[in-house]
Amino acid sequence: MSVNERDVGTTTEGAAWEPKIVAFLCNWCSYAGADLAGVSRVKYPANVRIIRVPCSSRVNPQFILRAFERGADGVLVAGCHPGDCHYVTGNYFTRRRLTLFKRLLEYVGFEPERLKVRWVSASEGQRFAETVKEMVDGIKHLGPQKRIARL
Amino acid sequence: MPRIGVFVCWCGSNIGGVLDCPAIAQEAASFPGVVFSTEYKYVCSDPGQKLIVDAIKEHRLERVVVASCSPRLHEETFRQVLRRSGLNPYFLEMANLREHCSWVHPDTPEQAQRKAVDLVRRAAAKAARLEPLFPGKIPVVRRCLVIGGGIAGIQTALDVADAGLEVLLVEREPTIGGNMVKLDKTFPTLDCSACISTPKMVAAAQHPNIKLYTYAQVEEITGYIGNFKARIRQKARFVDHAKCTGCGTCWTKCPVSVPDDFNLGLGERGAIHIPFPQAVPNKPVIDLAHCRRSTRGKCGACAKLCPAGAIDYEQKDEFIEAEVGAIVVATGYGLFPWEKVYGEYGYGRFPDVITGLMFERMVNASGPTSGKIQRPSSGKEPRTVVFIQCVGSRDEARGKEYCSRFCCMYTAKHAHQVLEKIPGSEVYVFYIDVRTFGKGYEEFYRRVQDEGAVYIRGRVSKVYQDGSKLIVKGADTLLGEQVEIAADMVVLATGAVPAAGAADVARMIGIPQDKDGFFQEAHPKLRPVETHTGGVFLAGTCQGPKDIPDTVSQASGAAAKVCGLLLKDELETNPLVSRVNEALCTGCLACQPVCPYRAIQPVTITERLPGQPPRERVVARVNEGLCQGCGACTVACRAGAIDLKGFTNKQLLAEVDALCL
Amino acid sequence: MKIGYYPGCSLQSSAKEYDRATRLVARHLGIQLHDINDWNCCGATAAHSMDHFLAAALPARNLIIAEEMGLDVTVPCAACYQRLRLAHRVLAENEETARDISQLIGRPYKGKVRIYSLIETIAGIGLEQLAAQVVRPLKELRVACYYGCLLVRPPGTGCDDPENPRLMDELLEAAKAETLDWGYKNECCGASLVFSERRLALHLIRNILRNAVDAGATSIACACPLCQSNLDTRQGQVNKEFGTSFAMPIFYFPQLLGLAMGLNPQDLGLGMHFVDPQRAIKAVSG
Repeated sequence: MSVNERDVGTTTEGAAWEPKIVAFLCNWCSYAGADLAGVSRVKYPANVRIIRVPCSSRVNPQFILRAFERGADGVLVAGCHPGDCHYVTGNYFTRRRLTLFKRLLEYVGFEPERLKVRWVSASEGQRFAETVKEMVDGIKHLGPQKRIARL
Repeated sequence: MPRIGVFVCWCGSNIGGVLDCPAIAQEAASFPGVVFSTEYKYVCSDPGQKLIVDAIKEHRLERVVVASCSPRLHEETFRQVLRRSGLNPYFLEMANLREHCSWVHPDTPEQAQRKAVDLVRRAAAKAARLEPLFPGKIPVVRRCLVIGGGIAGIQTALDVADAGLEVLLVEREPTIGGNMVKLDKTFPTLDCSACISTPKMVAAAQHPNIKLYTYAQVEEITGYIGNFKARIRQKARFVDHAKCTGCGTCWTKCPVSVPDDFNLGLGERGAIHIPFPQAVPNKPVIDLAHCRRSTRGKCGACAKLCPAGAIDYEQKDEFIEAEVGAIVVATGYGLFPWEKVYGEYGYGRFPDVITGLMFERMVNASGPTSGKIQRPSSGKEPRTVVFIQCVGSRDEARGKEYCSRFCCMYTAKHAHQVLEKIPGSEVYVFYIDVRTFGKGYEEFYRRVQDEGAVYIRGRVSKVYQDGSKLIVKGADTLLGEQVEIAADMVVLATGAVPAAGAADVARMIGIPQDKDGFFQEAHPKLRPVETHTGGVFLAGTCQGPKDIPDTVSQASGAAAKVCGLLLKDELETNPLVSRVNEALCTGCLACQPVCPYRAIQPVTITERLPGQPPRERVVARVNEGLCQGCGACTVACRAGAIDLKGFTNKQLLAEVDALCL
Repeated sequence: MKIGYYPGCSLQSSAKEYDRATRLVARHLGIQLHDINDWNCCGATAAHSMDHFLAAALPARNLIIAEEMGLDVTVPCAACYQRLRLAHRVLAENEETARDISQLIGRPYKGKVRIYSLIETIAGIGLEQLAAQVVRPLKELRVACYYGCLLVRPPGTGCDDPENPRLMDELLEAAKAETLDWGYKNECCGASLVFSERRLALHLIRNILRNAVDAGATSIACACPLCQSNLDTRQGQVNKEFGTSFAMPIFYFPQLLGLAMGLNPQDLGLGMHFVDPQRAIKAVSG
C-alpha cells in the first residue's frame, strides 16, 4: 500500500507532478555557489526556487513552516561551511536551531528528509547542483507533501 | 500597494535563448501591484537603463523589479538607476533568471519557464513590501591605533603618518623593533637587519604624526569603525623618561646581573636596562622583579648615580584613553616552544642545542658574543654545526601542521654564516623539503650548497650529549641510510607561532583566530589585510608566518586601507541592519549573546502610555555602526521585536508565499 | 599494599634473579604480590608480529583473571608490561575486537585493571619511604639507568617520558646511588636481532656499553630481562668482536634496591650474573 501511496503523485496527478523546493541561501557562500553553478553551466533539476538571505542564521523556522504550509515539498537551507561564516558565527546558530527544529518536525510525524541543511561555499557550484539533485530525487520518492500543507 | 514596474532582460541569448521573455513580462503584468511590465535585450546597457528611467517617470513607478542576472553582479548598477530617477535605491528587487534558471535548466525549457515566472513573482512580492532605506552617516576619528611595534607596525605607522593622519603606536616591550631588530643579516641579500630597521624605528619615534607608547599595552577596545575607544596601560618604567637623557650611567652601574631576555638568555643585563644599544626610545626601564632595591630593600645605586634625577621608584602604571577611527593589529609571532615536546632533541637540557633566533643573536655583531659563533657550553668555536629544519612546523604529531615559511631561508643563511666565519667548518642541514619561493631565494640556497653546506633529506631522531660532543642521529632518506654526526652545536629551525597574548588581543577586539591561533583575515585571497570587524586591519605575522618583504608589503597594504577609511569625512553605514521595535521588546536580551559584533546593548527608555505615569524599562538597542546585518538576532527574539531591514519577516514570508502559489 | 603480580616467562627462567629480587624487595617494602592465577604468555615478540588478534587476546586473558581477582597488576618485564598495556588499550578502544576477545576467552573484560611497571609500583610507596629503608647507601655506585625501548614506548603507553625517563633514576637516587645523565637510556639493545643479525646486535650492545663507560658509569641498572641478558651475557662476545674490554656489571634495579636495604646479595641472585658484579657490590658494602 505504502508503495502505491508514494506513487499517488504521479498516477493521480499525472506525470506532471514535480516537487517544489524552496531554498534559503546565504548571500556570501551558498547563493554565490548557486551563481557559480550557473556560470559553470552545471545543470540541475528546475524544482528549486531560491530566496536570498544575508546569512543562514536569518532563516527563522517559521519561514520553513510557512513554506510547508503553503505546499512546498521540500526546504533547503544552505550556508557557509562551519568556521567560514561571513558573520563569524551565524551558521553555528543555524546548525543548532535547525537540528532542533528538524527533531521537532520528526517528533510530530513529519518526514525530516523534506528539510535539508547543507553547507555550500561560494566555490562549490557542483556541490550545490548535487544537493538539489539529491533532494529532488529524495522528495520524488516521498511524494507530495500533504502533512502540513493547507489543502 | 505601491506601483511596481517589471523589466525582464534577455541578456542576449543567455536568458532569451532558453526562456520566453515576452511571455514572462506578460504574465508579470498580472501580479499584484504591477502596473508596468516589459522586456528588453540588455537591461543593463545604456538604453536599457534609460528604459527604466523613462518608465519610472511615465508610469509613476514606486518599486522596480529587474529580472536578469544575479544581484551579486548588477544590484548596485540598478540601484544607481533608481537613485538617478529620484527613487530610493533600496526600492529595487532582482529576479535571478540567468545564473539560477536559464544557464542551469536549458534542457527543460518548460519547467524553466514556470520557474522563471515564479522567481519574478517572488521578486514582485518582495518589491511590494520594500521600505525606503537610508544609509546612516557616522563621523570618522582621523586617528589610527597600531598594536605592535615590530617591522609591520612601524611600516604601517609610517605610511599612515606620512599620509597626514595621526597614529598611536603601542608596543609592550621597552623598545620598538620587534623580532626583526634581533636578527643579524637578512636573506637572501645579506643586508644587516639592524642597519635597515633601526632607521625606521627612529623615523617612527620622531615622526610628528606618530605618538609612541612603549612598555605599554592596549587593555580595552570599545566602539566601532571610525569611532573606537582604546584604553592603553602605560606600564611603570620607574624612570621618568621626560627627565632621562639616556646617558647610560645607570645601566652600566646596576649591580644586578640576570639573563638577558632580548638576547634569549645568551647574555646578561642589569635590572635597570635598555634592551640593546640602538633601542628606541633609548632610555631604560627597571625590571622590578630583579631590582635589588625591590628584592632586598637596599640598593638605590641608579637613583644615586642618575645626574638627571630621573629614577622614580614610586612610579605607577598610567592609563591613556584614546579615540581612534581604525585599528591595525601587528602583534607578530613567537617561536614554537620546542623544549616542551621535542624530547629527542633534549628538551632544552643540552646548552649547545640552540634555536635559530639564538643563533641570530650570537652571530650579531652587537649581540652577547659580539658576533662570534661559539658553543654556549664552553665558549669555544664549533667545528661541526648541524641544523635541523621544521622543528615545530610540518610536524602534526608534536608541533604544527603548517609551514613557517621563513625557516628554510634563515637556515640557509645561518649555514652560509657558519661557513664564512669559521673556515674549515662543517655544516649539515637536515630538511624535509627546501622551500625557496621568494625572489633570489633559490639562487641563495644553491650558493650555500656550493659553499659546502651538506643538505641531508630526513628527520633527526635523536640528539644526545656524548662527552663534549652532541651526537645527532638521523636518516638520509635519499640514500636510505642512517646518519650519525658528532656535532659541536645544533641549531633548531623552530617554527613560528602567534605571539604570546595573541588570544587576549583577539578577544579584546573581537577578531577570530584560525586553528593555529593566527588572526583570520576577511578573505584569504582578496581581503588579506581586512578582518570581519569593520575598521580593524591586520599586518604582518600575526596573520600567519611570513618573511620580511611580505610583512612590509602587507603592512603598507593595511596602511592604504586605513587611509582609505580615515580620509573620508564621514562613513556611510550599511542600511541593511537590524532594528528593534521597542514597543514589542521585552528587554530579555536573548539577542545580545547571539550577536557576533557586540552590536546589541541594553538601554533604559522611558515609556509614556496614555493614562499611565511614565515608566522606565530596559530594551535592546542595535548600534548601527557595529551591526553587519546577518540577522541572527531576529530569530533569537521571542517577541518578534527585532527585524532586519531589507530582509524583513514580512518580506521573506511574502517571498515564500509567492513561490508556493 | 596488595597488587597482582604478573611475572611472565623470563622471570621463571633466564631472569630468575629478577623475580627473586623483586619478591624480596616487595616483601621488605610491605608490598604484597599476588601471582595472577594460571597466567599465560603475554604474547610478546612472536604473537604481535604474526597475529594482531592473538597479540591482544593473550594478554587480555591475564587482565580478565586479574579483574576477577579484584587486583591491579604490576609487571616486572618490560615486554610483558607493554603487551598488557596495549591489550588494555585495544580492549578499551576497539569494541569489535573487545567483543571477539571476550567471546574467545568466555568472559568479558570491564577495563577496571590498572597496569603498572614494577618501577611505578615501587615508586608508588613514596621515595621518602623508600629512602627510609636504606641501610647500606649505594654511595660508591655510579649507575647508568637503562630503560630500553619497550618500557617507555609507544608514547602514551609507556610508564615514563619516552625521551628522557627518570623514574628508575629517582628510585636509585633514593638509595643514594649516583645516577648519570647519558644518551642511551632508551636505545634499542638489539635483543630481537641477536639470532638473525648477530653482528648488528653486538654493535648496538657495544654502543650502549661504550656510552655508559664514557658517561662514567661503573654499573648499569635495567628493568627488562631481555636488556639485562643481552648486555650481560653478550659482553664477552662484544669484547671479542670489537677488541674492547668491557667488564660492566648489569643489575636489575630491585637487586640494587635490595642491596641498599641490607638484603643478602646471594638471595638477590647477585651470584647469577655473567659479568661478575662483586667489585661493584664490595664498593657498596665498603
